[in-house]
Amino acid sequence: MATTNAGAPSAQGETATAASPKPVTNDFSIQIATVNGSGSQSANSVLLRSIFAMGVPVSGKNLFPSNIAGLPTWFTIRASKYGYVARRKEIDILIAMNAETAREDILSLRPGAAAIYEETANLKQYRDDVTCYPVPFDKLTAAVCPEAKLRKLVKNMIYVGVAAQLLSIDMKAVEGALRMQFAKKQKAADLNWAAVEAGFNYAAQSLTKQDPFVLERMHATEGKIIIDGNAACALGAMFAGVTVVTWYPITPSSSVVEQLIDYLKKYRVEKDGKASFAVVQAEDELAAIGMVLGAGWAGARAMTSTSGPGISLMAEFTGLGYFAELPGVIFDIQRVGPSTGLPTRTAQADLLSIAFLSHGDTKHVMLLPGSVKECFEFAGAAFDLAEHLQTPIFVLSDLDLGMNNWMSDPFEYPDKPLNRGKILSAEQIEEMKKSGGWGRYQDRDGDAIPYRTLPGTDHPQAAYFTRGSGHNEKALYSERPEDYQNLMERLARKFETARTLVPAPVVVQTGQSKVGIIAFGTSDFAVTESRDQLKKEYGVEADYLRLRAWPFSREVRDFVASHERIYVVEQNRDAQMLSLLKLDLPAGETPKLRSVRHFNGLPIDARSVTDEIVLQEGI
Amino acid sequence: MAATVTNPGPKVNRIGLPVLEYRGSKTTLCAGCGHNAISERIIDAMYEMGVQPERVMKLSGIGCSSKSPAYFMSRSHSFNSVHGRMPSVATGALLANKTMLGIGVSGDGDSASIGIGQFVHLMRRNLPMIYIIEDNGVYGLTKGQFSATADIGSKLKTGVVNDLPAIDTCSLAIQLGATFVGRSFSGDKRQLLTMLKAAIAHKGTVMLDVISPCVTFNDHEGSTRSYKYMQDHEEPVSEVGFVPVFEEIDVEYDAGTTFDVTMHDGSLLRLRKLHEDYNPTDRALAVKTLMESHEKGEVLTGVFYIDTQKAAFTDLLNLVDEPLATLPQERTRPSKQVLEEVMARLK
Repeated sequence: MATTNAGAPSAQGETATAASPKPVTNDFSIQIATVNGSGSQSANSVLLRSIFAMGVPVSGKNLFPSNIAGLPTWFTIRASKYGYVARRKEIDILIAMNAETAREDILSLRPGAAAIYEETANLKQYRDDVTCYPVPFDKLTAAVCPEAKLRKLVKNMIYVGVAAQLLSIDMKAVEGALRMQFAKKQKAADLNWAAVEAGFNYAAQSLTKQDPFVLERMHATEGKIIIDGNAACALGAMFAGVTVVTWYPITPSSSVVEQLIDYLKKYRVEKDGKASFAVVQAEDELAAIGMVLGAGWAGARAMTSTSGPGISLMAEFTGLGYFAELPGVIFDIQRVGPSTGLPTRTAQADLLSIAFLSHGDTKHVMLLPGSVKECFEFAGAAFDLAEHLQTPIFVLSDLDLGMNNWMSDPFEYPDKPLNRGKILSAEQIEEMKKSGGWGRYQDRDGDAIPYRTLPGTDHPQAAYFTRGSGHNEKALYSERPEDYQNLMERLARKFETARTLVPAPVVVQTGQSKVGIIAFGTSDFAVTESRDQLKKEYGVEADYLRLRAWPFSREVRDFVASHERIYVVEQNRDAQMLSLLKLDLPAGETPKLRSVRHFNGLPIDARSVTDEIVLQEGI
Repeated sequence: MAATVTNPGPKVNRIGLPVLEYRGSKTTLCAGCGHNAISERIIDAMYEMGVQPERVMKLSGIGCSSKSPAYFMSRSHSFNSVHGRMPSVATGALLANKTMLGIGVSGDGDSASIGIGQFVHLMRRNLPMIYIIEDNGVYGLTKGQFSATADIGSKLKTGVVNDLPAIDTCSLAIQLGATFVGRSFSGDKRQLLTMLKAAIAHKGTVMLDVISPCVTFNDHEGSTRSYKYMQDHEEPVSEVGFVPVFEEIDVEYDAGTTFDVTMHDGSLLRLRKLHEDYNPTDRALAVKTLMESHEKGEVLTGVFYIDTQKAAFTDLLNLVDEPLATLPQERTRPSKQVLEEVMARLK
């Protein structure tokens, strides 16, 4: 496919006719090239889950176009006995189901790879250094599926069977995955299983295994779950007790709320049939964030989910939320921008726009989950932080994490009660009358977090006036210079309080290395693998700090201070995280920062990180 | 026996509060601004209806109109939000706590221009709240530019003539699904007060467009939003009467000339026909009447449309009875068993 960067076929490369190569076990990538809308998703999912069921660590990525049907799409599955789940540029097994891209797809393979394709496409003509497995897909499909209109879908299961046979996937694992996929549709399950078997039998009878790639049972996935990041965010929100959910459809964030709706309908409808939640599909993102802030003001745990263009539209309201001190949670499932950009491709490029979203002096807390488990946990943390700090909290996931399936340890039930923040009851207001009375924007506790009241609190002095214009500690309108400055300084101090409350970075260091890597979110997968490459191939042991939030906590400064060179790995053009670090670090430390960036819309891979670090290290 | 002189104290309403408890801060709007008269009527209506101030949420956008919630009911929570986007804030707030009475104050610039998108969707949802547009046809805080409700041919002080058609927020609201729509005039004390009291008794979106002259920028000869113009062109479509549920009905009903509407709380809205073709339950007729009167150069006032049957947005969502905002954790965080069940399905 066009999106892989493998070199041209090498003259010295292995060919299909070479002697049987040494087996490569549980360490390869499969790429399935299909047409968007052809129904290959079920087949790909069955293949992925079969490998998972064999106990082999596996990850899948859907590279799809912004299109309903007709354009090319690729699904890659990576099996890795080492547990690597980052994208891998090199493809070992191609399943070429899209006639339009088939030539380009096979040309992009590296020597020694294998290709499964419709036999009439005759892809062998393009490569003699790739093992070719022509399969009569249409004939096999017609034989198992008399109903013509279903053949397009069923055809996909043939390649599952072929791959299962060639890669030694346990057919019991395949059947289990398939029955799970079609859990409620017995007939569909039977039909698809017949197709898998037809593919398997064809391969057994007519194809000779010549490539080295095989699967063997392992026990590395026992007890693990498979889930996408958006579902994990949704679950996190539900277990955080979300009550008001507003949204406007946008790829790649829509499935956060769509899956949340499913969960809420199942688990949050009470015995009398009434809902302990409200979901509103808003007219746009301007309204979605307005509803969140209105609901947060009135005391609800409110959230919205969006992507870059929605973030831009939320800018003005976010400034109000910061200045008027309103809780709310905003999930940003990042995609490539600006504007529509590449709406179905991934990026980590909304950092700077969110950090200072809105006009005037604003700063917003960002949580940066680096796994589906953290999507779940940080969703919960976000609601607690929003209510505790009384400010909008952003959770930055991305398309790669959000829309792809990931292995994970099961999520743990939250062990702390919900933190609803400093909300005064009528009795507390009465009590405060003795000490000068209640003031909405007073810093009584020295943490810069004031007390608030909710509409409906039954006390004549409970009410206050919320406004985006200047106000004093008693929430009265004020244009006095000292009132404005005091307020802004307190908000800055509140941000310092946030620094102590957000998830701390994860640090891995030997104490010896001069080189450190800083990354966050989905770049973690590539960095984890890259560190192994650096060590194994170049003898470089790079320490690692994975950021999990902004503002940065103290550990970040210490980590930078204890290294000579710091590589900041991120998926955007402008080194946005590096810029945030520069703002935070003492001037003397910033020359240590070096940038490793990746911004072609595809998830970052380990080799790109390694190559760039090696280049900059001058090794 | 000597007569004892007792101080009767201030007059109180049915929940024992004097009108003082419904007042707000001192207004900073211009002397004579129609908006101040509207604030006064809101105070009177809430007082007379005996609404507990703590049960009210005041919401507004940006502009002169949107400042006015500061000038009534200081004992109620208030939210002065961003320009044109009070509807979304109100929606969120009322979803969080549907037991509150929401009153939104907007202006013609706030609702008919920058906020038209949110305005129409609030109407469409029939969110249970009172939505008031204080309509003066100009942007006051930015010194007198035309708004989108200004009539064709209306003239600014500078001589600039408006040549674009006015957006009729009442017609829009009726078409889109608001269930209580009317127009009044800040100078018409009795009508406005009566409509506001009925509005408090309604469950659903009440959209009241209140013509409220801007004494500084739009009260001159040639303006169609001046006090003088309203005195000459106001045309009530009906005479509005209201009997709250806690008062006796003592007026006779005449089927030929009067529409009686029983409100959600049992109060009675009595609309006496002043126009031959008047039926406040007929949406198409209401819109037609509005368009025709506009063509005649009249400013039609009164209750144009009412529907007490349609479900409010909060009912459509089938929410629990208590406010979502304060549900205890036991009702908002599912159990450990639920998480285990979900995890088991993902294995």
